[in-house]
Formats: sequence, structure tokens, C-alpha cells
Amino acid sequence: MSGEPSGKGMTKSGLIETVAEATPHISKRDTEIVVNTIFESMAQALKTGERIEIRGFGSFQVKIREAREGRNPKTGAPVHISAKRTPFFKVGKELKEMVDGHGSGEVHTSESGFNPGDGSA
Amino acid sequence: MTKADIVEQIYEQVGFSKKESAELVEKVFDAIKTTLAEGEKVKISGFGNFVVRGKNSRKGRNPQTGQEILLEARKVLTFKPSLVLKNLLNDEEIPTGGSRLDGIGRLE
Repeated sequence: MSGEPSGKGMTKSGLIETVAEATPHISKRDTEIVVNTIFESMAQALKTGERIEIRGFGSFQVKIREAREGRNPKTGAPVHISAKRTPFFKVGKELKEMVDGHGSGEVHTSESGFNPGDGSA
Repeated sequence: MTKADIVEQIYEQVGFSKKESAELVEKVFDAIKTTLAEGEKVKISGFGNFVVRGKNSRKGRNPQTGQEILLEARKVLTFKPSLVLKNLLNDEEIPTGGSRLDGIGRLE
């Protein structure tokens, strides 16, 4: 149903729908609680500075961007931008290959016909 | 934190058995992966968006040998954290001094 790819991507509710369909013995309400708990616990881990590693998916890590002097792009006035923590995601090998179209037998997109390397061996 | 820790959280907070918790966590990440493999983005409100982006082919160089190589067009996954997550990480001031990561891109 609404868990199908629509060309517009999947939202959290679409994800809940998809997982609920794949687990008919578990209510949709419970699936929703599980999905929310997963992301809440990941967010909390990042808040404490913990690194997250999900095998086959990727890893998350918080890095600190140093304070710097920036500029208001409208007025050109210098502004101080204080140091801040930013979450970074590094895709895992399996998912990286799946996305690029040559992993786990998933969708294969051919890039043939695109030949910008013209002339060079 | 690993997948096992997330399973533990589900087990403790939601009350499913360990087996059910593990199955659910697995299904959630599988659903996300399958969607991304189809080139679709996944938007988790309050956490962030996972977006598949196309990269054009370009000429590159082997940094070790200096030899020119053709990097083929490929698709990569990017993550854009939500404002909610970014704010959550920054609601306490960053202590000055001490050990900290030196800007970005210096890890691993």
C-alpha cells in the first residue's frame, strides 16, 4: 500500500507502513513505537557523543566544527559563528554497493552511453 | 552503539522479546536499505534525510602514483541531519580546551 516507492521517497510513516506489512503478527501501533524508539535511541547516543555502527548500513559520528568568523550574506557584516557539534554519516560497504547498483542483486542501472572519457585511453 | 544495543533498547523500552526486537530492528534497516537501493530517498522526521545522489564521471588521479584514471559515474548516499537532531546535539555548550576533533575530515 503506501509503503510502495512512489518516486517521492519514503517518510517515517511510509517506513512504519512497510515494516508493519512485513510483520503481520505485530500491530502497526507497536511498529510505530519501535521505529520511533530506534531513532530516538540513536539520537540520544549521538547526544552523548557515542559513535553508532550499524552493520551493513553505515556509521554515525559526531564531529565538532570549530568556531569561525562568518559574514551575514545579506549585509556583509561579520558575525561570530560558535563551535557546534554536527552528526556525520559514513555509508557502509554493503549499502554503498546496493545504492550504486551492483550489490546484493538489487536494481541494476546501466550508465552506458555516457562516455566523457573520450580520447583518453 | 551497535545494532545489538538498539535491540536491547527495544527490548527494555517497548517490551518485545529479544527475538522479536531483533527481527523488527532488522526489518526497519532492511526497508530503509531497499528503498535507497531503488534510488529513493528516506526522510526520517526528527532525525534526518538519506538521499541518493548521482555523481558524474570525472578524471581523477591516483594520489600515490600520480597516474590519471577515469572515475566512473556512480551513485552515492548522503545524509542530511534534521534541524531537530542538530539542535539536540548543541543544546549544551561545547567546553573549550580538552581533547576534541579537529574540524571535519580528520577522522579515520
